[in-house]
Amino acid sequence: MNTTLLIIVFVALMLLLALLPWMHRAWTERRGSALSQRMPFEDGKEQAPESIEGPKPSDDSVAVATQDQCSNSESHSLRTKISKARGLLSSRLRDIRRGPVGPQVWDQIEELLILADVGVQTTFDTVGRLRQTVEEKEPSEGATLLDLLKKQMIGDLSRDRELKRLASEGRVPVWLFVGVNGVGKTTSIGKVARRFNDDGLRVLLAAGDTFRAAATEQLEQWAETSGSELVRGSEGADPSSVIFDAAEAALARKVDVVLADTAGRLHNKVNLMEELAKVRRVADREPGEVLEVLLVIDATTGQNGLNQAREFSEAVDVTGVVLTKLDGSAKGGIVFAIEQELGLPVKLVGLGEGDRDLVDFDPEQFVEALFGDD
Amino acid sequence: MFESLTDRFDGILGRLKGKGRLTEDDVAEAMREIRLALLEADVHFNVVDRFIERTRERCFGADVADSLTPGQQVVKVVNEELTTILGGESFQVAYSSKPPTVVLMAGLQGSGKTTSSAKLARWFKSQGRNPLLVGADLQRPAAVDQLKTLAQRLDIPVFSAPESAVESARGGLIEAQQTGRDVLIVDTAGRLTVDNALMDEIAEISDAVDPDHTFLIVDAMTGQDAVNTAEAFHATLELDAIILTKLDGDARGGAALSVKEVVGRPIAFASTGERLEDFDQFHPDRMAERILGMGDVLTLIEKAEEVFEQEAAEAATQRLLEGTFTLDDFVEQLRQVRQMGDLSSIVSMMPGAPKEMKDADVDEREIDRVEAIVLSMTPEERIDPEIVDGSRRARIARGSGTTPTQVSNLLKQFKEMRKAMKGIAGLGSKSKGRKSKAKKGKKGKKNSNKGGNSRVQPKEAPKMPKIDIEGLDLTLPGR
Ligand SMILES: Nc1nc2c(ncn2[C@@H]2O[C@H](COP(=O)(O)OP(=O)(O)OP(=O)(O)O)[C@@H](O)[C@H]2O)c(=O)[nH]1
Ligand SMILES: Nc1nc2c(ncn2[C@@H]2O[C@H](COP(=O)(O)OP(=O)(O)OP(=O)(O)O)[C@@H](O)[C@H]2O)c(=O)[nH]1
Ligand SMILES: [Mg+2]
Ligand SMILES: [Mg+2]
Repeated sequence: MNTTLLIIVFVALMLLLALLPWMHRAWTERRGSALSQRMPFEDGKEQAPESIEGPKPSDDSVAVATQDQCSNSESHSLRTKISKARGLLSSRLRDIRRGPVGPQVWDQIEELLILADVGVQTTFDTVGRLRQTVEEKEPSEGATLLDLLKKQMIGDLSRDRELKRLASEGRVPVWLFVGVNGVGKTTSIGKVARRFNDDGLRVLLAAGDTFRAAATEQLEQWAETSGSELVRGSEGADPSSVIFDAAEAALARKVDVVLADTAGRLHNKVNLMEELAKVRRVADREPGEVLEVLLVIDATTGQNGLNQAREFSEAVDVTGVVLTKLDGSAKGGIVFAIEQELGLPVKLVGLGEGDRDLVDFDPEQFVEALFGDD
Repeated sequence: MFESLTDRFDGILGRLKGKGRLTEDDVAEAMREIRLALLEADVHFNVVDRFIERTRERCFGADVADSLTPGQQVVKVVNEELTTILGGESFQVAYSSKPPTVVLMAGLQGSGKTTSSAKLARWFKSQGRNPLLVGADLQRPAAVDQLKTLAQRLDIPVFSAPESAVESARGGLIEAQQTGRDVLIVDTAGRLTVDNALMDEIAEISDAVDPDHTFLIVDAMTGQDAVNTAEAFHATLELDAIILTKLDGDARGGAALSVKEVVGRPIAFASTGERLEDFDQFHPDRMAERILGMGDVLTLIEKAEEVFEQEAAEAATQRLLEGTFTLDDFVEQLRQVRQMGDLSSIVSMMPGAPKEMKDADVDEREIDRVEAIVLSMTPEERIDPEIVDGSRRARIARGSGTTPTQVSNLLKQFKEMRKAMKGIAGLGSKSKGRKSKAKKGKKGKKNSNKGGNSRVQPKEAPKMPKIDIEGLDLTLPGR
């Protein structure tokens, strides 16, 4: 609070002082240039930027273009979906696999992990531990080394990933979906709803995003697709009360589980994070009982994902991660860092925009997908 | 967004700067650290390696000035290389001689295409154009609803055909021609580059409307995949520029660097929030300077120019320097600052603002509290806060719904700052280094003047305040 005050006073006073000389110049200058005639500059178009060296699509993207034309939309295994993007790292992998275990192999492995968004620190840690293991076992082939690496990483991912659905007597189970903007919260709700409905459970969706344009309409369509009920608030309504109302409605209508949507928010916005903390508190009031707070993370996210996980955990006590968009060329390696550093389990994986494109997270398949080539 | 990168570079290069003589090891160590800093900021692996390679070569090469110490030379080379990647001219939006000027929006799911389409429409409108939006995303639930809701707030029409995305785009073009709309913005569904069917679809949309500008919308939080995505979209569509979104987050934004380097196209616009007005043209030279620790002064000046009135501002500065700045001035100032955007982003753009401030979380509600406190004071108290004693303090606290401690904290800060400012007035004048920076600013300014998007036009001839504003030392306290 004291820094905030300091900043407010500082900015209010400093701003003028710091900027006035320049503003003054700009004001004066603008007056000057307003007087002189101005040339219309309509056709500035082809100011073609010099092509900077080496923008040749790398071997990677060539692989993307030529690969796997037959998209079999029926299969939903992590492996088949991800194999689309597998070509990306495969040439690098081949080098490691076929090569001897020399000094360069460590650099190659580091490169591989960093390219998968695992992050510098986690990569160093992972490779460091692998080197220790290797000192004892001394493998001579790259392929063996890779197997050791995979085994180690799968070991790092052993964690309880159970999703809780059974509330206390007389309470309604609530799952809260949170995350930064555009990661796939609403879509994931639609998919989870579909899964519950397939299991014969009654689901109610709470339209807790009262902020973004047409967020409720989007969720409404998901409610229809998945055969769920919907409780909505008016635009700008208090999200906490919408979700609370949803829990009450769920109790009255004997619904088995409430899936609550929230507006996307960046984790560095203090007010919005406080609002979310309140949402969680209110949703947990009788009759609601918050059993899961699922942080949705987009697989294309880089190192910022770790900040997201840290801040959301602090604000709303996240119970698990939903990793979305793993059907693309991104590897989602940041969740490896998230699991390692924060101990947050990834529970679900999004593999497309359809209602059945959702699978449980499986460490073995995930690591295979990071590395495995065909 | 680039703050932490800036900090890292400051640290790494700062150590070298002071050294008279550098060993090969010094350079190697610095390069290693820069490499890590870039990788941690999500710059693509290959882009980092090329950057380091070039920089290293130049550091050992001959093209460094003799007048510099070896340490300074390394700093200079790094700065120049960074500026090359980021730098270049700002993107100029050209208008087609045969209206409408067509803009195609492309990108991954959730990157911000729909929001940016609306923001772009708003921007064109502010330039005196008449945009039409096309909802060509028939795939995501309620995508067209979303666009329509946003467009309605802007009073801009939306065209969409239920048959297909391609038909929507084609129909939109005809609609624009018939209704005299001179800019057409086509919002498309998000798509993955590995999805061949959808990549074909967007190529078809592109063929149907023959866009003047094709923008790739990139989320600033993207990791290593940004490069693959950009390359693939570029191969399919021939991009003209990038729109960078979610810059209001704390991502280090390395993806922006990578995409720029790999595709060789400029970043045209930057999106910094969910509100439609959180959007503006992107000025790469400014961003480079910001990374290099100058603060994004130009953007700040532009914002300030919009909200401040010249005369009032100059008079207030005068009072500030004389030590007669009152709490009324202060509140007025605060209101204007607020119009410029949120406080933390302003601080991050201020050159020389202490690091603790840049890093701090700012709770905007605190400003309301500060305002309430001042408004509960009597006019005399506002002019001379010294007269506020215990009982006055209690009254003010009651009136503003705060505590006496909060009141006295504010007054204390205010008085201290005011004293510091007065001190600065005494210094003034002669720092040459600073002056040359200001000149740089002037150069950049010219470009943006052409855009003419500042609202305030001074009404009278400039009156130079008594204090030499031009020569003022811009060093801020705290550095
Ligand atoms: N390919 C792919 N797309 C996905 C996946 N999950 C979500 N999407 C898409 O990502 C986009 C954003 O999804 P939403 O569910 O609207 O994201 P959100 O987090 O609710 O977004 P806001 O509410 O705006 O913050 C949509 O186009 C979805 O179809 C996935 O697993 N794979
Ligand atoms: N904080 C912040 N949020 C943004 C920004 N730009 C867009 N968003 C939010 O990001 C989310 C996704 O934006 P959309 O415009 O729906 O993204 P899209 O690319 O059209 O998504 P799809 O059509 O599903 O692929 C929404 O919640 C937006 O409000 C930004 O600059 N800052
Ligand atoms: Mg949503
Ligand atoms: Mg959209």
